[in-house]
Amino acid sequence: MFNALTAQRLVATFICGWLLFSFPLLALFDRDTTLFGLPLFPAALFIVWAALIALLAWVIEQGEE
Amino acid sequence: MLSPPLVLGASFAYLLLLFMVAWWADRRAFVGRSVIGNAWVYALSMGVYCTAWTYFGSVGRAASGGVWFLPIYLGPTLAMVVAWMVVRKMIRIARTYRITSIADFVASRYGKSPLLAGLVTLITVVGIIPYIALQLKAIASGYAVLTTPLGESLSAGGGWWRDGTLYVALALAGFTMIFGTRHLDTTERHEGMVAAIAFESIVKLVAFIAVGVFVTWVIFEGPADLFGRVLAEPKLKSLLGLSQGGNFPYAQWFALTLLSMLSVIFLPRQFQVMVVENVDERHLKRAAWAFPAYMLAINVFVLPIAFGGLLHFAPGTANADTFVLSLPLAEGQNLLALAAFIGGLSAATGMVIVEAIAVSTMVCNDLVMPLLLRTSAFRARPAADKSAAMPTGLTGLLLGIRRVAIVGILLLGYLYYHLAGEAYALVSIGLISFAAVAQFAPAMLGGMYWKGGTREAALVGLLAGFSLWIYTLMLPSIAKSGWWVTDFVSAGPFGITLLKPEQLLGLTGLDNLTHSLFWSLLANVGLYVGVSIAHRPSAAETSQALLFVDVFKRVGVEGGRQDGPVFWRGRAKVADLRALVARFLGGERARRLFDDYARQTGQAGSGQIVPDARLVQYVETQLAGAIGSASARVMVASVAEEETLDLDDVMRILDEASQLRAYSRELEEKSQSLQRATAELRAANEQLKSLDRLKDDFVSSVTHELRTPLTSIRALSELMVDDPEMPKEERQRFLGIVVAETERLSRLVNQVLDLAKIESGNAQWHDTDVDMRALLTQAAQTTSEMLRERGATLLLSLPKHDVPTIRADADRLMQVLLNMLGNAAKFVPAEGGRVELRLLTDADGLTVEVQDNGPGVPAEQRALIFEKFRQGENLAHPPSGTGLGLPISRQIVEHFGGRMELRADSGPGACFAFTLPWTRTAAPHAPRAVATSLE
Repeated sequence: MFNALTAQRLVATFICGWLLFSFPLLALFDRDTTLFGLPLFPAALFIVWAALIALLAWVIEQGEE
Repeated sequence: MLSPPLVLGASFAYLLLLFMVAWWADRRAFVGRSVIGNAWVYALSMGVYCTAWTYFGSVGRAASGGVWFLPIYLGPTLAMVVAWMVVRKMIRIARTYRITSIADFVASRYGKSPLLAGLVTLITVVGIIPYIALQLKAIASGYAVLTTPLGESLSAGGGWWRDGTLYVALALAGFTMIFGTRHLDTTERHEGMVAAIAFESIVKLVAFIAVGVFVTWVIFEGPADLFGRVLAEPKLKSLLGLSQGGNFPYAQWFALTLLSMLSVIFLPRQFQVMVVENVDERHLKRAAWAFPAYMLAINVFVLPIAFGGLLHFAPGTANADTFVLSLPLAEGQNLLALAAFIGGLSAATGMVIVEAIAVSTMVCNDLVMPLLLRTSAFRARPAADKSAAMPTGLTGLLLGIRRVAIVGILLLGYLYYHLAGEAYALVSIGLISFAAVAQFAPAMLGGMYWKGGTREAALVGLLAGFSLWIYTLMLPSIAKSGWWVTDFVSAGPFGITLLKPEQLLGLTGLDNLTHSLFWSLLANVGLYVGVSIAHRPSAAETSQALLFVDVFKRVGVEGGRQDGPVFWRGRAKVADLRALVARFLGGERARRLFDDYARQTGQAGSGQIVPDARLVQYVETQLAGAIGSASARVMVASVAEEETLDLDDVMRILDEASQLRAYSRELEEKSQSLQRATAELRAANEQLKSLDRLKDDFVSSVTHELRTPLTSIRALSELMVDDPEMPKEERQRFLGIVVAETERLSRLVNQVLDLAKIESGNAQWHDTDVDMRALLTQAAQTTSEMLRERGATLLLSLPKHDVPTIRADADRLMQVLLNMLGNAAKFVPAEGGRVELRLLTDADGLTVEVQDNGPGVPAEQRALIFEKFRQGENLAHPPSGTGLGLPISRQIVEHFGGRMELRADSGPGACFAFTLPWTRTAAPHAPRAVATSLE
């Protein structure tokens, strides 16, 4: 079983992801600009999503059993 | 367009390939080299979440709503973040109690209630039908797009017998039967199926990305070009934003995220691949992030394909749900279109296979079996039952029920497709199913984390949630498709506007999905909690609640055997139990199971098994794997005389079990501390032995050292006695040697005594405040004469400032200094010898160094130089010391809390040094066995 620290990190990651994917933080990306020619809002969603997965991978793979 | 035989041929070839993958995996498992015992395969098999909905529907959704296809994947990503806590607990519970479906899980948690199992099964079957219909619709419309000439409308003429969708449904049913119901396993594991699903996950990902790359880089000139054109069209541009012109419906976004978060855990097929087919809990660690990464990868090209289609086709000429196929077709890439269709087929078949297997298991174990077991024919004559004598028991019947269930589920899906499928887009159909399985969340999660949930509460909550789901979502979906009166949707039943299904009690401002989810989950959670706390749970509920909630705490598994509490009391006969197992699983399997049990409990053979509560529990768990926990409970109760437990009994059994666990833990701790003590004793013994050996060495060294001068004294004396005529000069010379040797002898004896005293702690120390500057100067003066005789010079370097005094015995320190200087003098070369005596100070203490320019100490002797009777080899001089000078010096320095060492890398020559702290913290001095024994 993981130690308590990893469990706390996972819960924190969950809260972080939930906040980023809901109002009002989500609305921050809703701007009429582009990122390397891509519309900002969809691009930001995918980037945040990828970052969340990377964070999760880091937390869970290096967690001590 | 492509010719129908080509498409059909390719599809069947693909299904054949799939079957070969499964067959190969089953064979590998049979020879013990499983392919699914791997975290990556596990993660890929979770990819069954991405169905035809993802493959075709997401593009359709994106074409009409921009990023609105995403919450369906963001929710599961969030769920996977906490999967290590939630899903792992489900896996542990399911493994421990042989739970093979969600219905079984819920029923087992709430006192193994057959009623609850039946209700959950019913909800699942009804709820999952739209989802199956979605897959059929996707395959059918995909096939139509491929085989209809460009520009012509898709026609579906003719009677039902000419409807391809029906044959798709039947073909999938046949395929699922081959996959899932070839043999019966008490763990409901399907290695071949999991391997095939993982394979399908790769196929659909590769196919979809291939189309995405084609659209982005071949039809358009890269993503910047594509989105540049989208942004140039105001109508399309508005799709890319969040609010899309109006107010952003946050409630719907929230509802979709929550819904998909619950679905990824509670969909029957996800439960099947994630929990039931899990080989090793630790695989979840990798899958928890690899599965979200898979979803990310398959969604990257959804927006490019959707907008590529919108830009490419004139509005209204192509269905956005099939852009994946129509875009390559329109560009004349028939092969790519066929590959894309195979990808979509992959997504759909994967879902149908797993879902149908999971649901058919539920229907068989939790709906049909309990009813069959109630019939008198089944209960009355277990002994006379012919099936008990058959080698396979009732396995054939169980498999038959499952096969019928599979066909039934697919035909129901086909029926729904006909009733409501045409009116809705793919995603909307799927969401109806999501809302149905979300109803399991309160009973499941509550059951896993809250001991207070009761059977009635789960039953009432589920019923209310399910009824509201039917009323507010399912019925309107059928009504709106035109098969039924729509009045009750638009005006309310009997014209009562407060009961309008999509605006219940006048609630407006929500879309119909959010509306339905809100009411059904509110009623579900409210009743679950409310009824639970309204009355005290029964004994059976309490015992199961304890086993579920505390699964990590209470149940340890030792050698495959549970040692948790067993809540059962009564009498049973081994023969009866064995006959029962044989009846359902066959005689051969029964024999193996009882042999296993005998081995686990340490008995020689199955004849010696004691029919205690643990055996009953074992039999019940094994049966539960095959026929569900509720049915297993009923069957075991029918052959055993059971006593009803009340709440006090449950508590008492729990106490006993936890005491037993505490005892065994205590015992384990004791044996561990015993082991530790033994190890310590052994180490101490080793030390004593080595000290004893050292003492022997010391004694033999001392006698050896004594013998050398004694021998020469005796030889010379004998010479003088034998030869009275000896010339006087020679006699004088001999006597001189005798005196010198005697002096050496007494020096040796003195040093041995000195060392022994110091080591035993009996030495006399006369501590005063010592000024090291003065002491070093004095030492230099004393030895300068001796050094001059050897032709060496002595350099004394002292710090310029005053050095604080230290508390020590000046005579002893002088002894150390003289020893070091004497050693240096012995080893300096005959010509140009140089000895340097240095005093250095720092914050901690002072350091005295004696550096010579002799040959230095060879590397291999460095470690030994401080040992007794070791002398540095000097080719120029034979050894003239006693070999005790350095050990004594070291002892003295250590007595004053300092350290003495031979400096490494001190250039040419040797550099001995000792440090003394300003204040002595403790005298690190332990009497040594060697010295004491010498006293």
